[in-house]
Amino acid sequence: MTPGAETTAEKSGLIAKLYLWLVNSVADIGAIALDWITSVGSVFFFSMQTISWLITRVPKKETLLPNFYQVGVRSLPVVALTGTFIGMVLAVQSYSQFAHIGMQTRLGGVINMSLVTELGPVLAGTMLAGRVGSAMAAELGTMRVTEQIDALASMGSNPIQYLVVPRLLACLCLIPALTVVAVFMGVVGGAFYSIFILDIDAFYYWHNSRSVVGLYDLFSGIFKSLFFGIAIALLGCYRGFHCDPGAEGVGRAATAAFVHAFVAIIVLDLFLGILLIGIHKMIWPAGSYIF
Amino acid sequence: MSTKDTSDQAPLIDIQNLTIRFGAQTVLRNITLSVSRGETLAIIGESGCGKTVLMKTIIGLIRPTSGSITFDGQSLADLNEKQMTQLRMRFGFVFQGAALFDSMTVAQNIAFPLRQHNIRTPSEVQETVVKRLSEVGLPESIINKKPAELSGGMRKRVGLARALAMAPEVILYDEPTTGLDPIMSDVINELILRTRSHNPVTSIVVTHDMRTATKVADRVIMLYPLTRLERDDPQILYDGTPNSIEQISDERVTQFVHGEARTRIEEMALGIG
Repeated sequence: MTPGAETTAEKSGLIAKLYLWLVNSVADIGAIALDWITSVGSVFFFSMQTISWLITRVPKKETLLPNFYQVGVRSLPVVALTGTFIGMVLAVQSYSQFAHIGMQTRLGGVINMSLVTELGPVLAGTMLAGRVGSAMAAELGTMRVTEQIDALASMGSNPIQYLVVPRLLACLCLIPALTVVAVFMGVVGGAFYSIFILDIDAFYYWHNSRSVVGLYDLFSGIFKSLFFGIAIALLGCYRGFHCDPGAEGVGRAATAAFVHAFVAIIVLDLFLGILLIGIHKMIWPAGSYIF
Repeated sequence: MSTKDTSDQAPLIDIQNLTIRFGAQTVLRNITLSVSRGETLAIIGESGCGKTVLMKTIIGLIRPTSGSITFDGQSLADLNEKQMTQLRMRFGFVFQGAALFDSMTVAQNIAFPLRQHNIRTPSEVQETVVKRLSEVGLPESIINKKPAELSGGMRKRVGLARALAMAPEVILYDEPTTGLDPIMSDVINELILRTRSHNPVTSIVVTHDMRTATKVADRVIMLYPLTRLERDDPQILYDGTPNSIEQISDERVTQFVHGEARTRIEEMALGIG
């Protein structure tokens, strides 16, 4: 074989390899996309089933109470603590900027507005996605792996109605309530740090807060947390129901429940934020000083 | 001939050309099988051959990819959610690991199906719990214990008591003796026989324990993993009485019956099966 022919053969071999790599990459991307679309469809179907059970049959008290206790009472200390520290951190971080231009009394407005509309709901949601969502995925995942979910179905109970609906209801009712607690504690923490440690005048601090934060802002925060609660419950339960076998499967389900709920929270936060500002502008085109 | 005679003679469970596929993996292929009323059928076969999948399909926990299952003249595919629930109440399922609800006590576990369907008063429920426990040879003192506090054999028996709670027509046992010592395994075998002699039940026992199969069953079928079969081979290698399985000359059946590894290690190293 002549040296020229060898180079041509090498070249065509390289092209074939490149072609194969390209085809494989496209196939991999396609497989990932398909997998993603399938799981989105699956979550949607799971959610629809849960909602249809929620509408058709009221769950029994004995299934509701333990879930309300787990989600509400057990989360209360950690949510209150989170809220308090967010309020204080906001005060610490914003103070120097505002003190620089002699507007430290404006801190009240800044801290409380951020807390009520954004940081309170989002951080409480994130905290609860970790505490409540992961716990749901781990518990239901273990039930799936040890065939307890199959056992439920084999005894003529619907696992979605028995396990998912009470958890959804608990999150739907209590995550907004916990968000209110987080926001309240944040307001208290922020005010405590600003007034007692940074020596800001209390009267102007509250006066500025009142002039900036309206009822609509409070409503926005709670409205968002309602959706965060739904996302945390549905994604946590979905991950548990579709858990892979073994300890590793349960661990992965718990992690996935948190990560997916967190992503859902920040995405929902953006779109709900846009929607709520749109509604506000529609109702009060010139802006509102009361709401 | 009366209508009752006809229904007694017709098979209680009739499976026609059942195929189950999970993604790209086919677990069961063209299974045709019928179970008569009052019969005790043992389904044997090595791990991964689809025994448990077959049993879960019978109770509607897994949907068939193709083929049909008929229970007492009703096709499972035609049933809605409510009818399926009604149908499942006629079954009792004893799970491999017992599948007791670990957040509940023994009594709450056994009472669970009764409470769910509100068919008994609280005192009747309590009475049934105690009765079922004594039937499976467990003392009343354990009723307030959690499943985690019980031994493997006790958990299996509580699982059986729970399956018996609704007085089912059909009991499905999934590997009832797996993980138990020989004495406890025989206790479970005796309980399966006793349950059958006390109640007019049809039983399906999935097992890979030949002692269980020969002791409790009237009829044995052997399933073979699809990965080890050629394209057109039937998946059911044997269908007959427990005694005549010894006379079968099929190497695959004798290998399982006598529990011989033969060339399996080499085959597994080559990735077959």
